[in-house]
Amino acid sequence: MTATTIERRPQPYMNPYLAGIGLGLVLLASFVLVGRGLGASGAFNSVIAWVVNAVAPAHARSNEFIAGYLGDGTESPLKAWLVFEVLGAFAGAMFSGLLAGRAKVMTEKGPRVSVRTRLAMAFAGGMLMAFGAALARGCTSGQALTGGALLNLGSWAFMLMVFAGAYAVAYFVRWQWR
Amino acid sequence: MTAPFFQYGMFGDETSLVVAFFIGIGFGFFLERAGFGSARKLVSQFYLNDLAVFKVMFTAIVTAMLGVTYLGWIGWLDLSLVYLVPTYLMPQMVGGLVLGVGFVVGGYCPGTSVAATATGRIDGLVYGLGIFAGMFTFAELFPWLKGFYQAGSGEATTIPGAFGIPYGIVVFAVVLMAVGGFYGAGLLEKKFAAAAGE
Repeated sequence: MTATTIERRPQPYMNPYLAGIGLGLVLLASFVLVGRGLGASGAFNSVIAWVVNAVAPAHARSNEFIAGYLGDGTESPLKAWLVFEVLGAFAGAMFSGLLAGRAKVMTEKGPRVSVRTRLAMAFAGGMLMAFGAALARGCTSGQALTGGALLNLGSWAFMLMVFAGAYAVAYFVRWQWR
Repeated sequence: MTAPFFQYGMFGDETSLVVAFFIGIGFGFFLERAGFGSARKLVSQFYLNDLAVFKVMFTAIVTAMLGVTYLGWIGWLDLSLVYLVPTYLMPQMVGGLVLGVGFVVGGYCPGTSVAATATGRIDGLVYGLGIFAGMFTFAELFPWLKGFYQAGSGEATTIPGAFGIPYGIVVFAVVLMAVGGFYGAGLLEKKFAAAAGE
């Protein structure tokens, strides 16, 4: 990182164990209040269902995966628990980032890769992630974190495979980060 | 039993959405506090020079796990009313593998891409667009993927239930594993921080 002299220095991150306890208490609050854990990928599904339903309603109805997010059709698919939770997460992260001087328009990348290549990789990674999350019925939040705390068998198997997949290819994409 | 509050009818659907927003604020806040709005911080996990992802995740899992266990034991929380994702072992394992690849290729997961976008990371935003594209593609291919997607029991299975081990023993084992993991993580970081040259 090239530190500039005039800019306000971003504060260091929180101790990971303290942040973990904080995150765990938020997850516990979710269990106690609404009987469900945290999630993220489901909100993306709801938005896709909403778009497809708006553009081609008959097509959306005939697709079993999308129809699952449409309910009985009397309410907007955006009126979903996870959509509101993710909107909150956006606000919470922005608040934290602004507070710590870490909010900044930039692209995260290593020194050896162009912005364009990094963004192409981000897009490709997002697509893979979505495929994986759809197959697994959840992502790092809904499966690993939530199911992990509830000792869900599928979630723990999922979590092991996430680390396996990431470590297996990390070496081949290291040019992107360092 | 008094919790989960929503299941016991203490508030309705509309209020649950307001609750969702506030829980989300806490979620996003701690993700960003931990540094998970930064792809470089996140992927450091996979190059072993900064294991914050492991530490935060397992501390959170242990905290919430102990919370629900104790609240269940004192009879205050009915754990059977907390939603469990049904188990489809094969698709969940293959999904995990694909998702792990996507994590290190793109630098984020869905939740952290939201935190990244909220703090101005353009790659986080593009990653989110990639998620939309991937979800749409998955939905369009669903008629062909359905067979594999539904391979498995579809019952919500826990580790204590599947192996017939008492719940408390599994909880204790996870705590031990986490503590051992935290110790090992410290050793790995020391070893690989020098190798990273930063």
